[in-house]
Amino acid sequence: MTVSIDNYDPLKGDMFQIVNEKGEVRTDLEPSLSEEDLREIFRFMVTTRVADTKALKLQRQGRMGTFAQSLGHEACQIGSAYALAKEDWVVPYFRDLGTYIVLEYPLRQWFLYWMGNEKGGNIPKELNLYTITVPVGSQLPQAVGLGMAINIKKGKAAVLSTFSDGATSEGDFHEAMNFAGVYRTPNVFLCYNNQYAISMPRAKQTASQTLAQKAIAYGFQGILVDGNDVLAVYAATKEALLKAKKGGGPTLIEAYTYRMSNHTTSDDALKYRTEEEVKEWAKRDPVDRFRIYLGKKGLWNDEIEAKIVKEAETFVDKEVQEAEKTPPLSAEELFIHVYADMPLKLKEQLEELKTEVQENGQ
Amino acid sequence: MIANMVQALNHALDLTMKQDENVVLLGEDVGVDGGVFRVSDGLIQKYGQARVIDTPLAESGIVGAAIGMAVYGLRPVAEIQFMGFVYPAFNQIVSHLSRMRNRSRGRFQLPVVLRMPYGAGVRALELHSESTEALFCHIPGLKVVVPSNPYDAKGLLIAAIRTDDPVIFLEPKRLYRAGRQEIPEEDYAIPLGSAKIVREGERLTIICWGAMVAQVQKAAERVEDDGIFPEIIDMRTVSPLDHETIIQSVKNTGRAIVVHEAPKTCGLGAEIAALINERALLSLEAPVLRITGQDIIVPLPKREDYYYPTPERIVRGIKKTMEF
Repeated sequence: MTVSIDNYDPLKGDMFQIVNEKGEVRTDLEPSLSEEDLREIFRFMVTTRVADTKALKLQRQGRMGTFAQSLGHEACQIGSAYALAKEDWVVPYFRDLGTYIVLEYPLRQWFLYWMGNEKGGNIPKELNLYTITVPVGSQLPQAVGLGMAINIKKGKAAVLSTFSDGATSEGDFHEAMNFAGVYRTPNVFLCYNNQYAISMPRAKQTASQTLAQKAIAYGFQGILVDGNDVLAVYAATKEALLKAKKGGGPTLIEAYTYRMSNHTTSDDALKYRTEEEVKEWAKRDPVDRFRIYLGKKGLWNDEIEAKIVKEAETFVDKEVQEAEKTPPLSAEELFIHVYADMPLKLKEQLEELKTEVQENGQ
Repeated sequence: MIANMVQALNHALDLTMKQDENVVLLGEDVGVDGGVFRVSDGLIQKYGQARVIDTPLAESGIVGAAIGMAVYGLRPVAEIQFMGFVYPAFNQIVSHLSRMRNRSRGRFQLPVVLRMPYGAGVRALELHSESTEALFCHIPGLKVVVPSNPYDAKGLLIAAIRTDDPVIFLEPKRLYRAGRQEIPEEDYAIPLGSAKIVREGERLTIICWGAMVAQVQKAAERVEDDGIFPEIIDMRTVSPLDHETIIQSVKNTGRAIVVHEAPKTCGLGAEIAALINERALLSLEAPVLRITGQDIIVPLPKREDYYYPTPERIVRGIKKTMEF
């Protein structure tokens, strides 16, 4: 690993990049990934895009609720998640489909959550994965709490938490960064700077030249990374995680990218940005860039592409079928997880609800 | 041992920290300073700064960090220096602390205790005298506890720390050093959700908690000469409420008064009056009366006494209810 976060000064606008838009490679910076790893990363990227596209279709057909698309974030999500070790914790935000796919979170549950079924939030015990957080940035102090607990219990893990440029304006971002700096927690803060917080462009979000430079004020390192270069995101995250686990403290990574979709399926981005702008960014598509890279290594061609897409579609379709077959929570299940033991008032309300349900024949 | 409430709380923290290394304290000035009211005095020397954590001045950060710590398996006891300073942490409490168990379908439980001194009567600055327990009682997933004496303070705090649910633990700062009491040296827990009849009586039930219990007791003594002997219930836990104790008592006495320090509108008095209406209406000889703080901003010290229920105001309420 030769990134050396030290070599990139966010105040000078330095951006860490391994593969540029033309597919040219800085071979001196290439991470040591096997061909198998590279294929796997590509497979995750394609699966994410297939699942994201499927979800959009389902939403348009009324089979799924509002959700935040991941289109354009594949390098950020997969590059960072692929850098995790089994013991590490992930505190995602609500636009992190690729992260779930890399962690092998049951995809049917990802769909269930966005279909409006709480069963989607039932995180398997073997995954150190946090729940989805809806209020922007409010997961960050919690991610730092995990880091503090790891220090207290002398654990070996690091904590990766993700968020986007809008979250950096929240008070919780400041409190989290400050705590992380003070307690030197093993946190990696990965900000997907996707240029928009719904309609608010990045330039109006903060007067800072970069988001990465904010780390300097909190007493730790920040690095600006090309967020459409999956290898750069992987390498920077990996280095930051290892540093965290060695007691080197937190890191803020700004992954410079673009939200190619609307904010959510309820949004119309053309109200506040132009098609030309979107087309310009489409030229920097993270999946395309990785295709060129793999092509040069002889790891990609049309045939490989078709095979991977087909496999991804089969997998995603099966998961969607399973999600759609899953019944909503029973009345009982709505009540059992409010408290460890159900208080009397909830027992009474549950009994009433059950009678109501029975009488209505639902 | 003889202890005031501060000492009783300190003892509860000490015992639980000794017994379970997952119990950690965090908050502003809780370590070296021992807390501005000295509730955690001496604990940093005993358990070290890894477990008694002085935090930056950031309420949302404190509660958020406590949530993350609990997910990792710790049992954090976080102090919010004054209840009136909890509002910056409200998002963490309402959006996450209360919901994590449900959101994760039981995977993550949050055994977090948020201790906060609450209430008026100590001649304090603005926002140092609030009593906003109803804000928390409205939120599913939280438990809200308010002790009224050193013995209960110790037993309830020990129970709160060992509970697998988040607990808002409100400490009546007016009673912190108001009186000393013999309390057991050993570890004991008072189950959350159980009220206590602190004085048996007849023909009237007065329901109260925290700093108001002593006020109600004073008022009750003053009406003895009039032949009135109210039953007094100290709720101890205000969410979830001990319905059975309230209803059983009101069915026996036929009259009820709720006394609380918080403003009247949408205060817990309304909840308790509605509960009595639903379950004991036919036992009532008089309307349920609420004697509460005024629906105004808690006044600064010079006029603080006009704000909360005093024994005089409670005596008037008792007579009104008895004469109905």
